[in-house]
Amino acid sequence: MIRLDGVGQVFDGREGQVTALEEIDLHVRPGEFVTLIGRSGCGKSTLLRLIAGLLPPTYGEVRVADEPVTRPRRDVSFMFQRPALLPWRSVLSNVMLPVEIEGDKGRAAYRDRAHELLELVGLKGFEGRLPHELSGGMQQRVSLCRSLIRDPQVMLMDEPFSALDALTRTELSGELQRIKMELSTTIVFVTHSIEEAVVLADRVVVLTPRPGRVREVVDIDIPRPRSLGRNAHLTEVAEISGLLHGLLAEKEARPVDEVRP
Amino acid sequence: MTDTKRSWLTTSPVAAVLLPVVGLIGAIALWWLATVVFGIDSYLLPGPQDVVSTFLDQPAYLLKETGTSMIETVEGFLLAIVLGVPIAVLIVRSVILERLVYPLLLMVNAIPKIAIAPLLVVWMGFGQWPKVVMVLLVCFFPIVISTAQGMKSTPVELVELLRSLNASRIQEFFKLRLRYAMPQIFTGLKVAISLAVIGSVIAEFVGATQGLGYVIQQSGASADTSLAFAAITLLSIMSIVLFYGLVLLEHLLLPWAQETR
Repeated sequence: MIRLDGVGQVFDGREGQVTALEEIDLHVRPGEFVTLIGRSGCGKSTLLRLIAGLLPPTYGEVRVADEPVTRPRRDVSFMFQRPALLPWRSVLSNVMLPVEIEGDKGRAAYRDRAHELLELVGLKGFEGRLPHELSGGMQQRVSLCRSLIRDPQVMLMDEPFSALDALTRTELSGELQRIKMELSTTIVFVTHSIEEAVVLADRVVVLTPRPGRVREVVDIDIPRPRSLGRNAHLTEVAEISGLLHGLLAEKEARPVDEVRP
Repeated sequence: MTDTKRSWLTTSPVAAVLLPVVGLIGAIALWWLATVVFGIDSYLLPGPQDVVSTFLDQPAYLLKETGTSMIETVEGFLLAIVLGVPIAVLIVRSVILERLVYPLLLMVNAIPKIAIAPLLVVWMGFGQWPKVVMVLLVCFFPIVISTAQGMKSTPVELVELLRSLNASRIQEFFKLRLRYAMPQIFTGLKVAISLAVIGSVIAEFVGATQGLGYVIQQSGASADTSLAFAAITLLSIMSIVLFYGLVLLEHLLLPWAQETR
């Protein structure tokens, strides 16, 4: 579904060039849930923006659904760390924004879909509210509905739950897994929380900083549904979390020549 | 607040309306008292009752002059919006244009406007045009500055959101940037409307045959102080009405703005 071959990203900084990403090879299968984890500054968000087509790679190739990515695709949605809702638009109208920007094709059908999605995340009855009337968690739910409205093949999520309190975060990660199981969307999810990475993912990609490289790819075989809070698989989660923690804490990252497919 | 018990005068909505009224009546009472106690001649400082009776002598005439000033003010103000907002948008869009035009704008703004008033009469005669242009000149700058600032304040994540949805530049402008700038544009408009009234009076001082500024100038020549006071009172009422008209419009158009900023 998503394929990165020898991708690198170099930014022009104030003190010369900064290599944000180097030699990234990554292959995400259709329907897979991949989490990207790493310290801040390891280029996780940059990697996500490359896949989204928001940023062209300095070298290498990014492909989605076997086509090179040159600009944002309509079947790929992006969810930000902050809800990024337009403050003057009602909840419903915010969810409908992608459809509106695309043009008026099948507006009525999408409207029904929007109501359905809002109900799915427990926001029935809030369709007419303005964003500032909602809590942070509710706002991020609206943002989730917006990223689902066009039935995306791929969802790219940039630390979407990191600004929320622990309880809301647990709830939302549960809802995301439920939605994921229903829709079989491919998801690439950036986080800096080890536990979140383990609980959500089929595979965890560990990035090392400066320059950002793939340090390790870890398969997670814990049965679903999993939960951040009460968990039937606490030992497995703890075990893998420990492993990831070790990888992230390494001072000198050994270069990785080969990445497991 | 250090004291836990807050007075009725600070919390009640009734008091919020009542207090300004009390203040106004108090000021008028003091004014009247001063003229009586110090025995001031009415051609120096007329009492409030003199001003009211002057108005009641010729209400139709004074209201007509108020209307003239009001129309000039509003016309110049609207013209300043029509010219100022697009220019601000262009300045924000292009650095070259900003460098080219901005110093010029600053220079024009630095000129004391009253110095131009006689010139405007030479160029445009005694009709309403020199007044409208004068209003335009005083309003223009605050509108341009606040609009430009508003256009620059669009949050990065919202711009990125629209990019990720493949929005066109035009959609980005109308659906995001302009809408987001509205509260700041209104701040500029509120500054401008007060200046607009001053502008129209200045222009009417020089080469006019009607308008409240003309009335004030004429009454000065004939030492009719209470007529001048009546005209000044009408001017300030006009100014307040225009200002609160804008405030009302802002509340109606931007109900989201009070909460989000």
